[in-house]
Amino acid sequence: MQIDVQTVSIEQKNKAFSHLIKRFGDKKIPSRYQEASYDLQAVENLHYRPTWAPEQELYDPNLSKIRMNDWYDLKDPRQFYYSTYTLNRAKQQETMESNFKTVETLGLIEGMPDPVLAIVQDVLIPLRHVNYAANLNNTLVCGYGYGTVFTQPCVYHAMDNLGIAQYLSRLGLMIGDVEALEAAKQDWMDSDAWQPLRRSLEDLLCVRDPVEVFIKQNFVLDGLLYPLVFQRIVDQNLVEQGGSGISILTQFMTNWYLESVRWMDSVVKTMAAESAENKAVLEEWIDTAANHFTSVLLPVAGLAVAGNAADDLVSDVHDELMKRAKKAGLFK
Amino acid sequence: MSKVFIILQANEETRSIVDAIEQDNPDAEVVHEPAMVKVQAEGHLVVRRETIEEEIGREFDMQELNINLITLSGNVDEDEDALTLTWNS
Amino acid sequence: MDIKKTPKKLNVKEKYRLMTRDLAWEPSYRDEKEIYPYVDYEGIKVHDWSKWEDPFRLTMDAYWKYQAEKERKYYAIIDAHAQNNGHLNVTDARYLTAIKLFLQGISPGEYSAHRGFARVGREFAGVGPQVACQMQSIDEIRHAQTQVHAMSNYNKFYNGFKDFATQRDRIWYTSVPRSFFDDAMSAGPFEFLIAIGFSFEYVLTNLLFVPFMSGAAYNGDMATCTFGFSAQSDEARHMTLGLECIKFMLEQDPDNIPIVQKWIDKWFWRGCRLLTLVAAMMDYMLPKRVMSWREAWNIYGVENGNALFRDLARYGIRPPMHWDDVEKSIDHTSHQIMLGLYQWKFGTAFHSWTPTDSDIEWLKEKYPTTFEKYYLPRWEYAIAQKEAGGEYNNFGLPKLCQTCQLPCLFTEPDDPTQLAHRETEYEGEKYHFCSDGCQHVFEQEPEKYIQAWLPMPALMQAPLKGDLAAWMEWVSLEPTAAGEYANSEDKANFEKWRKQVSTD
Repeated sequence: MQIDVQTVSIEQKNKAFSHLIKRFGDKKIPSRYQEASYDLQAVENLHYRPTWAPEQELYDPNLSKIRMNDWYDLKDPRQFYYSTYTLNRAKQQETMESNFKTVETLGLIEGMPDPVLAIVQDVLIPLRHVNYAANLNNTLVCGYGYGTVFTQPCVYHAMDNLGIAQYLSRLGLMIGDVEALEAAKQDWMDSDAWQPLRRSLEDLLCVRDPVEVFIKQNFVLDGLLYPLVFQRIVDQNLVEQGGSGISILTQFMTNWYLESVRWMDSVVKTMAAESAENKAVLEEWIDTAANHFTSVLLPVAGLAVAGNAADDLVSDVHDELMKRAKKAGLFK
Repeated sequence: MSKVFIILQANEETRSIVDAIEQDNPDAEVVHEPAMVKVQAEGHLVVRRETIEEEIGREFDMQELNINLITLSGNVDEDEDALTLTWNS
Repeated sequence: MDIKKTPKKLNVKEKYRLMTRDLAWEPSYRDEKEIYPYVDYEGIKVHDWSKWEDPFRLTMDAYWKYQAEKERKYYAIIDAHAQNNGHLNVTDARYLTAIKLFLQGISPGEYSAHRGFARVGREFAGVGPQVACQMQSIDEIRHAQTQVHAMSNYNKFYNGFKDFATQRDRIWYTSVPRSFFDDAMSAGPFEFLIAIGFSFEYVLTNLLFVPFMSGAAYNGDMATCTFGFSAQSDEARHMTLGLECIKFMLEQDPDNIPIVQKWIDKWFWRGCRLLTLVAAMMDYMLPKRVMSWREAWNIYGVENGNALFRDLARYGIRPPMHWDDVEKSIDHTSHQIMLGLYQWKFGTAFHSWTPTDSDIEWLKEKYPTTFEKYYLPRWEYAIAQKEAGGEYNNFGLPKLCQTCQLPCLFTEPDDPTQLAHRETEYEGEKYHFCSDGCQHVFEQEPEKYIQAWLPMPALMQAPLKGDLAAWMEWVSLEPTAAGEYANSEDKANFEKWRKQVSTD
């Protein structure tokens, strides 16, 4: 191959790094995503076993019940590496910054009906603690999962969850100052509506299979929670009741969820297609967790809508999740 | 006394920051090396937002320092108005 | 609750507390020990996690904003570097050896740090250190990736870059940094933080990044200089984290002091041994030098290190145990390492060379008490062999130190004419060390270090059984990537291309 810079022609020696040619051939120049992701994790001749768990390897695919012949099959369809990830989020945060300003300058919160603000206080603000658990869970997957294409997006996802918790905190400060955060935390710790979810998250924080944590947190819980709270309660119910300003301030969460779904579904699909054993494990995890989290989210939905309407909402999002699972090749 | 220091990339943006640091720390010594500039002082060095803002003629967020910071030495205390480096000995 | 009241203006510290600290809660359905199973076993006592000081209070929105700005700058420069044949701007192709070594040895370390910080970012039982460590984890993958991207363009034109992934796991000298990071990752969360966050980041990375990257700029390599400085701007946060973490441990309980001291002793030594490779990079591999390893050590090691340990003295922490041995070695190690690399150059995926006349003048000036006396004669011998048409190679396999994995090529601290060699017998096996420092580290935890994967014995065992050609294939080492610089394809190509550019 020849390249010409002015009159200088220099012959390239190598098209790409060898490990990328081995994976993708040498027809195309590898993308920066490929360079930044494939085979970055050490695989052999690891020097010492972990002192915290000598039965494990330093990078150990056997920490999970899920087996992959090649963990690098679990590619992130968004092709996020640090740079693309950060540039994307920087853009989104700029939008959010101007959204916060707009809501502030137009005094949208002050003009909002009390019932809307009460729902924000009762349902949205306590979620910052859910995001904190999700942050820890994704950090665990990044730390102990196998293969960079699988583990790398998890640290981004962990930081995103922290970012969302911080946006929710700002929203809380806007509607009711520090007291709003205090009241939400009290609810999280004591109110009946939140206890089943808090208990479930404490249980999930004790799970050490990185893929199980990934599936239950990201695919199942978020797959129920975001459609329920942000797509339905905020973007439909609150908007109808005069709370459009809130929807502007949760725009990041809505878009982020839609973006994450592509990644989740692709990972689940690839794992399920790998083997009948994987499929069975995933079905067991997803089925149990989906039923469990649906029941856990019912009292939360009940804080926003009354009686049967809450039942309808959660069964709606449960169906939606199971549809995604089917599309990914499960339960067939 | 031990020396604290801050090292910034040498570019247009940091010229004024370095000028501001010099104003606030008359005893500080400025050392230019390839692609970087080091400001050091005995025991204590302060970088003040207001002085930087006067130098650059716009608002400055202390966290903007991150973009061009190469390294520092000393115990760090940062708030919205200043970054302080100190050694306790 | 008082809805719709005007929020009071919060200062940065209070705001940050609400945005991070306040997110956590005390679990009541499960025991903390189930959630954080590894936080106790090293013996570090923590009574109050909330006493952790957050050094830089970056919320995620600010993090995204400022990091994106750095990324935009960085990729603009390396794109321009690729488009304009920036590789031809380096002083000469000898310089490439330094960045080959960087890609094979240091970038994988950045990756290990990324994974290690994710682990401790999960294992610590306090939200303050969790978030700080997570932020470092995401920064570290940035560093690994920007380095691979910067080197990708060099890989298109030169040997020695393309097989870094295989060589990271298999070639002999990369097991020096690999064993260092594996050692830290296989330790508990607190030791990991002392190892990487404190000893490596705080005490030693300045030596790696600051003078070396300034050197890259001086040698016309804007791509490397840019990733170096861009990474270093994150390091400033990491170093501060390292310092805060050590103060936190020391302030929590007096029982922590001896444990922390033991780790400082170990990791300072481990780090200094690792940095001997950087010493050779600085003194020999930069065709134009900014400062010698000795000068860099005086500024970033001695001056800065002393300031730090004077500061920590109030907790009862003393300077690291083998500090004096390191100090005595500074005028020697770069020469010893470079002579070693030169004599084993048939087995390295980078080139080495004998110093030129002007190099020799510079080395004499910078190392007035050691270079001419101890090392110049050996270089002259190598030069004479070369001039007589021979080659200065040592096909004998070096004996590797069981701890640091460098060949046992260092001398006694007080006698530069005497090779240092230590042995320890453990469970009927003999283990070899390059120094008292490495032997000491081994003896604290023999059950760990006997597990070390030693590349040289591996070469002698099945399936390679000492077959050098088979070994080269196994480590993906092509003959064109190894050996003497003067005869290399890299040199010939670089000079040819450079001539084309300058005559046009």
